[in-house]
Amino acid sequence: MDKKMTDVKNIYGKEEIEGHQGPVLSYTEKVIDHFTNPRNVGEMSEGLADGYALVGDPECGDQMKLWIMVEGGKVFDIKFKSYGCPGAIATSSMLTELALGKTLQQAKELTDDDVVIALEGIPEQKKHCSLLGVTALHQAIENYELGRNKA
Amino acid sequence: MIYLDHNATTPLDPEVFDAMLPYLREHFGNASGYYRLGREARAAIERARTQVADCLGVSPKEIVFTGSGTEADNLALRGVARACREKGRHIITSAIEHHAVLKTCRDLEGEGYEVTCVPVGGDGRIDPEEVRKSITPETVLISIMYANNETGVIQPIEEIAALARQKEILFHTDAIQAAGRIPPENITAQADLVSLSGHKFYGPKGVGVLYVKNGSPVAPILTGGTHEHGLRAGTENTAGIVGFAEAFARAAGACERRAASIERLRDRLEKGIVENIPQVVIPGSKAPRLCNTSTVSFRGIESESILLYLDLKGICASAGSACTTGSPGPSHVLLAMGFSSRQTNGAVRFSLGKDTTEEQIDFTIETLKEIIEKLRSVSSISAC
Repeated sequence: MDKKMTDVKNIYGKEEIEGHQGPVLSYTEKVIDHFTNPRNVGEMSEGLADGYALVGDPECGDQMKLWIMVEGGKVFDIKFKSYGCPGAIATSSMLTELALGKTLQQAKELTDDDVVIALEGIPEQKKHCSLLGVTALHQAIENYELGRNKA
Repeated sequence: MIYLDHNATTPLDPEVFDAMLPYLREHFGNASGYYRLGREARAAIERARTQVADCLGVSPKEIVFTGSGTEADNLALRGVARACREKGRHIITSAIEHHAVLKTCRDLEGEGYEVTCVPVGGDGRIDPEEVRKSITPETVLISIMYANNETGVIQPIEEIAALARQKEILFHTDAIQAAGRIPPENITAQADLVSLSGHKFYGPKGVGVLYVKNGSPVAPILTGGTHEHGLRAGTENTAGIVGFAEAFARAAGACERRAASIERLRDRLEKGIVENIPQVVIPGSKAPRLCNTSTVSFRGIESESILLYLDLKGICASAGSACTTGSPGPSHVLLAMGFSSRQTNGAVRFSLGKDTTEEQIDFTIETLKEIIEKLRSVSSISAC
């Protein structure tokens, strides 16, 4: 987990250009993998999901829906759907992979940096995408805990 | 690789490259030089100027070579604004211009000029009546693009130019996307100032032209030597200028023949997309358009995701204009046409070229069908 962002190679096998200001983006192989084969895509019906969150705004470019099923204090199942750029889709997918099987406490401690590191880096302009998934997860857990408290 | 981003740039024609090469090698002289080496460069530049002027049906004295299309736009706007500042300080342009025009106008606003941006209709066309209504006694310049870079929609230039002429206002058109795609003599027929860029018609990058109709008041924006009739200081880019002229002459000769086959392929692409992929919109398709351009908005997905997938499959396309790929914010052109930002976010531009084949188009349709289906299955918002 101590990989440095600057060590990351992009999909064309070139070093990320330090301080590059242009519009050209390059993604790591991990990002491409999670973008083209996103994990845990899907929805859960209302009866099945223990927690749900909807974050982001499609007008501004990204949105995520996240469902969790909790069993034995752990994230037993997780499903997502995301609208947005490759960064939004890949970070959503990676987040679900990181959260699956974790205790709720561990899941609550996941940060956007954990997602970025697991993806072996993400272009600077896309850093905000990694917040989408983490925010959705935390809200879904909150939603679950609120529901349990009510019951 | 399937290259469908010809509005961003085109590959250099090998024969144009061959014509340029001697001026990068043995004929390297400064065209202002006294000696033979310099005179050779000067002769090549003047031959190129005549070649461009002949294609446009104008005088060589009216051709100013610049360092890019953007510079040509800047020279037209800033040059006229400066030369006419005592006459008036109002400029009319449109909401769908390229940033080279829009941001220059913004900048001129900061210098005390007033700018009116006329709107466009849902079909992507400017209504000349809107231009007429915007004219004030202070108006010194009207700048309206010939054809839009994102939608390809051709603007009613003749009507707008006639309005300008009637009111004795200078008329500039950014014809950068139109050049090489429509007969060149049509471009200059109406305008006082016309911007062109070499790399949009298989010429080199880094060279543009501003046509300045004889007698039009334009002040230089680059000062120094007396190059380019005193309008553009800087040692001439001889190879670039030779390449521009060679490419322009070739495009002019072939343009009508090329246009017919490119348009057939563009229509095949659009038909294939519409028939195979639900929930798509093609902005501007009801208006007259350039033969090669198609912007398609896929509902429920975001354009960069489509672009990356296409890239992974070896297909080059762009979102809106290439200059803004990767930067946030939806296309100002589509927003001006009344599309919602959600629709605009899913827009991808395909721009075909002379070497695009039917097989490439069919592969692109097949690939898009797959990609869009996959991305929609991940998307949190419904396509309907």
